[in-house]
Amino acid sequence: MSNSVPVHLRMLLAALAALMSLVLSASVLTLPAGTSDLADSVFSLMDKSGADHPVTAVLLNFRGYDTMLEIGVLLLALVGVWSFGPAPPDPATLAPAGPVLDSARSVLLPMLLIVAGYLIWVGASAPGGAFQAGAIVAAAGVLAMLTGWRPIPALRPAIEVGLALGLLVFVGVAGGTLSYVGTILLLPEEAAGSMILLIEVAATISIGLALTAVYLGGSPSHWAETR
Amino acid sequence: MQAPQLYVLAGAALVGLGLYSLFADRHLLRQIIALNIMGGGVFLVLIAAAKGGQFGDVDPVPRAMVLTGVVVAVSATALALALAGRLHRMTGASQLTIGDED
Repeated sequence: MSNSVPVHLRMLLAALAALMSLVLSASVLTLPAGTSDLADSVFSLMDKSGADHPVTAVLLNFRGYDTMLEIGVLLLALVGVWSFGPAPPDPATLAPAGPVLDSARSVLLPMLLIVAGYLIWVGASAPGGAFQAGAIVAAAGVLAMLTGWRPIPALRPAIEVGLALGLLVFVGVAGGTLSYVGTILLLPEEAAGSMILLIEVAATISIGLALTAVYLGGSPSHWAETR
Repeated sequence: MQAPQLYVLAGAALVGLGLYSLFADRHLLRQIIALNIMGGGVFLVLIAAAKGGQFGDVDPVPRAMVLTGVVVAVSATALALALAGRLHRMTGASQLTIGDED
């Protein structure tokens, strides 16, 4: 049963969409330059931020609150996906994976995890950081699932701890800075670099596990039977 | 026309295309893809409009905001896809219909 939109409405929609594009481009292209001094504030405070790359400093130090809520949003989406009941069987794994995919998996999985670790480390001075590394970990997880791996019930406590770890560490740092420094997520200058690294490692584990788990499309099927 | 202006136009075009597809296509999967295209267009406009201050070339704050936006968009897409799959498994429908409720 399809209720497709009639032609005259489509033309009206096309005209409205074109109008929106025009208004958007006109308003952005005619923005007066030099009205925001945020970039100058960021660059002048870079030596106190604990990171050498300005984007990492903004993400994890100056706007760390947004990043903390972002990890919360990811977990919230996962909880929503898990509330739909057991995941449907993936058609790609109903037949066993061929030899090419299996050998690619055994070569690529360790390399992906090493690249993720490198991205966390290099995020302090070049583009990189927790979310990029978390996406690579999720790619490794999806590759594992494409070759038939599923989380067994024995792994459940470890996976749940790993999922909560990123948000817990971030909230812990927020609570610590609130009680010791007085302002939430105001990282003290001498410890900022190591605190950023700690948050990034925990967040990478969390993000990688969450994105992998969300790929299933439901809660892992064996888990429902253990309760 | 320089590169940033071209990217702003491209991002605005993506937003328009996604908006049209969101309302004109009825299949749920196409609407989710259209939302993603709109999001991509918005991110492109944000990045292209990021002009640096007197120190550097590029403003790092919009870049960090777009990174956050990408992750939130991925989470929302995952939830939307799971919802669409669940709807299809339960009722066999792949579109949302506005009809009489019984």
